[in-house]
Amino acid sequence: MLTRRLLLAAALACAVTPVTAQEKLPVVATFSILGDFVKNVGGKRIALTTLVGPDGDAHVYSATPADAKNVAEAKIVFTNGLGFEGWMERLVKASGTKAMVVAATKGVRARRAAGGQGKDHDDELDPHAWQSVANAKIYVANIRDALIKADAAGKAEYEGNAVAYLAELDGLDREIRTAAAGIAPARRKVITSHDALAYFQADYGIQFISPQGVSTESEASARDVARIIRQIRAQKIPAVFLENVSDPRLVKRIADETGAKIGGTLFSDALSDAKGPAATYIDMMRHNLRQFAAALMS
Amino acid sequence: MYDFFIAPFAEFEFMRRALVGMLALSLGAAPIGVFLMLRRMSLTGDAMQHAILPGAALGFLVAGFDLFAMTLGGIVAGLAVAIGAGVVARATELKEDASLAAFYLVSLALGVLIVSMRGSNIDLLHILFGSVLALDDATLILLAAFATITLGALAVVWRPLVLECVDPGFLRSVSRAGAPAHIAFLALVVLNLVGGFHALGTLLAVGIMMLPAVAARFWATDITRMIVIAVALAFLSGFGGLLVSYHLAAPSGPAIILVAGLIYLVSLVLGPVGGLRRRFAPGRHLEA
Repeated sequence: MLTRRLLLAAALACAVTPVTAQEKLPVVATFSILGDFVKNVGGKRIALTTLVGPDGDAHVYSATPADAKNVAEAKIVFTNGLGFEGWMERLVKASGTKAMVVAATKGVRARRAAGGQGKDHDDELDPHAWQSVANAKIYVANIRDALIKADAAGKAEYEGNAVAYLAELDGLDREIRTAAAGIAPARRKVITSHDALAYFQADYGIQFISPQGVSTESEASARDVARIIRQIRAQKIPAVFLENVSDPRLVKRIADETGAKIGGTLFSDALSDAKGPAATYIDMMRHNLRQFAAALMS
Repeated sequence: MYDFFIAPFAEFEFMRRALVGMLALSLGAAPIGVFLMLRRMSLTGDAMQHAILPGAALGFLVAGFDLFAMTLGGIVAGLAVAIGAGVVARATELKEDASLAAFYLVSLALGVLIVSMRGSNIDLLHILFGSVLALDDATLILLAAFATITLGALAVVWRPLVLECVDPGFLRSVSRAGAPAHIAFLALVVLNLVGGFHALGTLLAVGIMMLPAVAARFWATDITRMIVIAVALAFLSGFGGLLVSYHLAAPSGPAIILVAGLIYLVSLVLGPVGGLRRRFAPGRHLEA
């Protein structure tokens, strides 16, 4: 509620204040993780609006009139691309914006979406590229270049910010690699219903196996539960991250019966709010890493 | 044969636990169902079922998925409604069914309100649908304890209870045990519904109580035999329902109740006591 009010207030503020030379560069980012990148590069020179806020699902989002207004007034609109925000193209068109639309994944080697699990993505590509820190650096470079193009006066500042942030990302990358290497190779497997971690798997070698035949909407049948248990036993999977089996008693039963550990909450598509454990991209990656390490270290 | 009937239970502990849970539930709930039916209170179970929701919801609100809190809350709320309705029925002009309806409707609305305060309605669905597949040690012990209490208490109040089913006027003329027995019986109803709600959820728990009891009516005239048959049918429903859930990937709670419903239909058609077969194909007329 608060964020919506803020958005409205921001929209009003944009409408009322006369445009001056010192006006910050208005930019829009589609979702929270991308917004965090943009904020880190743009620093104080930009006025950032993030359309889908923390904990929001950017796959299915219905834009509000306030969003259209923000997009219309923006100088740059950052999107993830790779078919992540299917609704964005229409919003850009409907708002009639003259903004430069930048797909932050430009230059990322896109993976194909795994068959069957990526039901949200009709096209073939897996858009969750930020789950690899190497890709995150490409995001940052794209954002830096776009900001410089739109606001040449701030070139030095953007470059400085980007260098500092890229160094942080390098540190994060090393951290994840070290932690992943500390887990015995045979134990680098988890069952998770998150279908957004393929890039993480490719870069850091933790294997993510999706549970068979479990859906959030319906009550689990004995066969669903039996299948998961068989799978965990057969593939000797040490941990389960089954947030979308929303009955905690059932997850506990599965864990008890297989000896697998229950993992905590993972963040994959959106950041948490400021008080949560994944308020920024770096926090999010660290948080997920900690969850994996805690569940997989014996 | 083995693959179909035994293997699921041999391979998976959760299936064995579910089966044990259903056995405990059958032993407690089915006899209660028989008495409810004989006393023409078949729908009381349904009403009481709704009445325990706010208690369970309150327990859930305070402690989350905590067995003890939800059980205690359910029992307290159920007893409050049962006794409240009983007191109003005895003290005023209102009949028991009417006062029960009033109490349980208020109680149900309160329950939904409390659950919604927690926000997510996924949680509400889990309260309503329970999970026989996720019975842990504590829940199994609880179910077994409820079954034990029920059977023991039934043994104690058996005579007044049976008499009140058959001839309440006579019972009143010879004994004052009627009212205490009635209260104890209502308490047992609440106890078994709360137990059933852990295994099957609030909506379906009353099914495992009433359907086998009603089906047993078609197989026996003697109350003792009727209870034994009801327990057997309830357990059979549990067993069959779990197999259906396992082989056809159907949600387990509804599967169990639907098997019980199927057993009821079969009994209705084939049962030797007052069933359809008797009506349309009567046996040979006995001549003295």
